[in-house]
Amino acid sequence: MARRLQGIGTPVRFTFEGVAVEAAAGDTVAAALLAAGHRDLRPSAVSGAPRGPYCLMGACFDCLVRIDGAPNRQACMTEVAPGMDVRRMAHVGKGEGR
Amino acid sequence: MVREVDVAVIGAGPAGLAAAVEAAAAGLSVTVLDEQPAPGGQVYRAIERADSGRLAILGQDYAEGRELVAAFRASRAEYLPAATVWNIGTDRLIDYSQGGEIACLRATAIVAATGALERPCPVPGWTLPGVTTAGGLQILLKGAGVVEDDLVLAGAGPLLWLIASQLVAAGAPPRAVVETLPRGRQAAALARLPGALRAAGYLRKGVALMNAVRRAGVAVHTHAEGLEIEGETRVTGLRFRAEGGEHRLHCTAVGLHQGVIPNPQVTRLLRCEHVWDASQHAFRPVLDDDFQTTFPGLYVAGDAGGIGGARAAALQGRLVGMHLAARAGRKVAGKPAALRTALARDLAIRPFLEALYAPDPAILNPADSTIVCRCEEVTAGRVRAAVKLGAPGANQVKSLVRTGMGPCQGRVCGVAVSAIIATARGAPPDTADYYRIRPPLKPLALTELAAYPMIAPDLEIREP
Repeated sequence: MARRLQGIGTPVRFTFEGVAVEAAAGDTVAAALLAAGHRDLRPSAVSGAPRGPYCLMGACFDCLVRIDGAPNRQACMTEVAPGMDVRRMAHVGKGEGR
Repeated sequence: MVREVDVAVIGAGPAGLAAAVEAAAAGLSVTVLDEQPAPGGQVYRAIERADSGRLAILGQDYAEGRELVAAFRASRAEYLPAATVWNIGTDRLIDYSQGGEIACLRATAIVAATGALERPCPVPGWTLPGVTTAGGLQILLKGAGVVEDDLVLAGAGPLLWLIASQLVAAGAPPRAVVETLPRGRQAAALARLPGALRAAGYLRKGVALMNAVRRAGVAVHTHAEGLEIEGETRVTGLRFRAEGGEHRLHCTAVGLHQGVIPNPQVTRLLRCEHVWDASQHAFRPVLDDDFQTTFPGLYVAGDAGGIGGARAAALQGRLVGMHLAARAGRKVAGKPAALRTALARDLAIRPFLEALYAPDPAILNPADSTIVCRCEEVTAGRVRAAVKLGAPGANQVKSLVRTGMGPCQGRVCGVAVSAIIATARGAPPDTADYYRIRPPLKPLALTELAAYPMIAPDLEIREP
């Protein structure tokens, strides 16, 4: 499990899949979710296998989530904000040999 | 009218900040565009927010970044944080996106200070949640003070030992370091040791890091082979062979590392000439003595031009800033010759490190069943099958099996796919080609793109 070295001070509260998450101000969505025990952030585009943050620096796009209705947001490049509604994107089932 | 500046710097790591500070000090108009919300790049990430506890964990090299960031904040350079550059035209028009809005500016000179990417580590299971790059773990530590409790670090390179020692200092040591350095590497690197002694400080630091990790009681496995990350929906363990036997470590997180490579997106976008650097085992853009690429007016400072580390990046940035000032007829206060001497001394460690930490051969030639392109879930076997069908290079393979066609646009798989193709064709790596990089450099919402005529009504639609 991931954990925090320090307390979070006045928490920034948002939700992931409707579940409450407390973050520290300045956290990225990816860091806050990992610290709260959420590793599986999206289904992969082809097989739908679970994926989580890999590079944490905006290069790999494996942490794409839906934030306040907007799809394909990079969780590692987005700072948490109070009341954010973060959700997994649906797997649209693109198959082999498209 | 499109806004015009003398210098646009892309990236606010040490190279970009140093270039901006020098050019602005000489009176040039400078704009720095960076994807992060605060300056520092990856190496000095979140440095302005770091308290004494965080600085103690991350060490003196990290703390050194404070001076540069402060100088940048005090400079007259314009700073556009959280700004993503998604296109640069041959007319040096830079399109970027900031806070969901697009904008553009034109620069007389552009400095690409876009840093490094981690070399891809295609091993079985590397797409499972819980697997990150070693750099990713460092980003979590620097940016949020978040650490993994149940972690194994696997791979090779200075960064692997650095993050291990930082985690030890944070009171969150990894369960093990599994080093994949093949036997004989130390002997191979020995010939380059005398040259490295010019930068002996780095050698001492490296040895100190490794000792600190071992002293803390972290299990260290050396010459490991056959890495396989286990788990169905998340990491449950790591298997490997070492010390003459099979090992299986339970863990919920794995940090992979095989060194870093220049981030090629900007220089490839502008079709700059690149060369294969056999020592760094990577492509890098061809640069002249003033760090100018083969695209006139585009300069590269820092790791994007070849891996040299944070200090070399800052020195290169300063040199580029001074060159741009001199080129514009401005008075330059600093002494470029002294900086070049310091740069050469700093880079003296690299040939030794490059020989010691050349990428693991297994990483360059993964098994057929291993996923190489994470976005499109394309295995090494499918890349080889495309080569067998006659695809001669990365772009033909891309057309056939979609490698590099996902949202990361080849940032993760690019060099791995090029290496697999070269090996499958029996061709040396320097003959391999690379994905043709096209705009947008990062995915863009259609609503943003649709606003384009509003921001630049006088622009003609043009070829990128």
